[in-house]
Amino acid sequence: MEVQSNNFIPAARIAIHDVDLRTAVAMGTDSGFVKRQAVMFADGKAHGEAIRGQAAAIKRNALNKLPDLLEQAEAAMQENGIEVLWAADAAEANRLVLEIADRHDVHSVVKSKSMVTEEIGLNKILEEDSIDVLETDLGEFIVQLGEETPSHIVIPICHKTKESIRQLMIDKADMPPTDDTDEMARFARNYLRQRFLDADMGVSGGNFVIAETGTLCLVSNEGNIRLVTSQPRVHVALVGIEKVIPTLEDYATLTQVLPRSATGQTMTVYTHMINGPQRDDEIDGPEHVYVIFVDNGRSQIYTSDYCEALACIRCGACLNGCPVYKVTGGHAYGWVYPGPIGAVITPLLVGLENAKPLPYASSLCGMCKEVCPVIIDIPRMLLDLRYDLVRSGYTGLDWNMGMKAYAFGGSSPRLFSWAGKAAELATKRFKLNSLPGPLAGWTDYRSMPSFAVKSFHQLWGETNGDLEGADEQ
Amino acid sequence: MVERESPKGKRVSLFVTCMVDMLYPETGMSVVEVLRYLGVEVDFPMAQTCCGQPAYNGGYREEARKMAEQFLHAFKDAEVIVTPSGSCGAMVCHEYPLLFENDPDLREEAKRLASITWEFTEFIVDGLGINDLHGRLPQPQKYAFHDSCHGLRIMGLKQAGRTLVGNLENATIVPWDNSETCCGFGGLFSVKMADVSGAMLQNKMEHIEESGADAILSGDVSCMTHMNGGLEKQESTKRVKHIADVLADGIRQGEDR
Repeated sequence: MEVQSNNFIPAARIAIHDVDLRTAVAMGTDSGFVKRQAVMFADGKAHGEAIRGQAAAIKRNALNKLPDLLEQAEAAMQENGIEVLWAADAAEANRLVLEIADRHDVHSVVKSKSMVTEEIGLNKILEEDSIDVLETDLGEFIVQLGEETPSHIVIPICHKTKESIRQLMIDKADMPPTDDTDEMARFARNYLRQRFLDADMGVSGGNFVIAETGTLCLVSNEGNIRLVTSQPRVHVALVGIEKVIPTLEDYATLTQVLPRSATGQTMTVYTHMINGPQRDDEIDGPEHVYVIFVDNGRSQIYTSDYCEALACIRCGACLNGCPVYKVTGGHAYGWVYPGPIGAVITPLLVGLENAKPLPYASSLCGMCKEVCPVIIDIPRMLLDLRYDLVRSGYTGLDWNMGMKAYAFGGSSPRLFSWAGKAAELATKRFKLNSLPGPLAGWTDYRSMPSFAVKSFHQLWGETNGDLEGADEQ
Repeated sequence: MVERESPKGKRVSLFVTCMVDMLYPETGMSVVEVLRYLGVEVDFPMAQTCCGQPAYNGGYREEARKMAEQFLHAFKDAEVIVTPSGSCGAMVCHEYPLLFENDPDLREEAKRLASITWEFTEFIVDGLGINDLHGRLPQPQKYAFHDSCHGLRIMGLKQAGRTLVGNLENATIVPWDNSETCCGFGGLFSVKMADVSGAMLQNKMEHIEESGADAILSGDVSCMTHMNGGLEKQESTKRVKHIADVLADGIRQGEDR
């Protein structure tokens, strides 16, 4: 997928003025956030915080021994009859999928939701090879109909209103006009059903891989994953290398925090634990199961100061809690992963120079860390990325000069008070209603604050610290 | 978080913050008034400027360090530091130790100052153990609290301000489900990402109008400036006030009784 993250500021401006988008995103994120708060703490604050702490520890433990776990997972999955493949980057991952499709004479593919396949742009590659691809997650299906990209990690159509979805389904899928969401879902279900039956290959992602048992774990609410992973002859799962966890018991913990954080459910409707292809005594299931472990920049993050970002379980809670995401939606972030976690991992995966505004796309309010099920310190990483941007010379000259001047003034109380006095005079005497240069953004949305005639320094000095009866004018 | 010794009976050095210094000196005076009312000795190190947070949050760590060195110098004789800001307090308490982590000369001093720095309301409630100023407001007021993000999520501030204001006669605290939502200020974020920040402010202001409070109280003049700037621009009559000004108002009336 083409990276457009350097375009964040103008893209955000457009999104902010899109009333439908604002309404849809606010509704989606508010609802997710409220449900998450209720369900995460349904058994008390202490219990909710305890499972978060446990989940955080599990993912860090897993990252600590990631290379060993990957080898263990590979061996266990091979034992279970799963073919394990490794992709260093997007091109290799796509090539491996095409090779599998070719080997098994695949003409049509049904897909369940997978952010990794968005990351590597798999659909386009398959279509270029004349392979039919159909997204079967309802949200992703609508995204595909609209020839868009998902705008949220968990709610792909978070940016769309019911009305726009309805119109799209009428225009692109010949849905008989209806306002009823159940009707719309039923239509999609019928539309998809025959395609499931006709598909040669199913492509899924993976929420977790359990190393000790060689199990691929997936969660869903729609039942489409069951069909994608069991009906076609071949099942291919693309999984980021950071998804491996040590034990089944670890999964028991993580499966408590993921649905709670993602959709505010104690448990998803479906939980899939896939241990391999159809066995001799089984009457259905795919003949072949492949797991492709995708690196695509992750091992570089692994060896950097930002390793903790790989603990992410893609629940989307930080998006739902984020006041920035709430007003911009996901597309403004310009790549696959939006929101706070996107602002961290996008620059790390596509290069800092290709995502310069993203680390600044945060007020550092800290809500992302507060809701993160694995307690990733996103604000801290945004600060570190900003430092990297400054050190790499990717920040503008106006800001660089401004900061130098500010630090120069701030290292001398006398200079600092002169600067304050100058600001007071400038804003009052010249009746400044709008600020110049890079500061103009302030007065677009707020009136100018008034500088005091006498600073606190001055008042304290004049009264020798007495302050009572100080003449403020 | 650095463990802190009890500040009882110690001289307080006021870290007034650059914004209070230049924009709201009266809030600084309120802080001094309340502290002196409680029998606390207050001094004001004249060499203080700004904690450096704007530079630090912008990624300009070298510049932030220069400002922070000035702070360490200004407060070198401090026994206890009190500041009317959760955000500037968070900078000193949480970021200074990191900023000077690899500086053998200043590391210890940065840690020491981090361990003696208190936000104004937590100093009174958690530090001095005082919950009630026995103050009284001239007329009944309904307040909602805006929990400034850094105060709330870095300093862990929430209850102290509510306790002190709630115990003023004539003050009622109304519950507000938007208390913990960012107002969109974020320092330089408000100009660097002005449209995003402005949209966040707009969301916040809608909730302020619906809060049912006469005024919103905040422990940070930065958020206050931001929200009041927006409210004034859209000609709302609602305003955000600093907790210290309300408390000072309360003890003045209390003293008159």
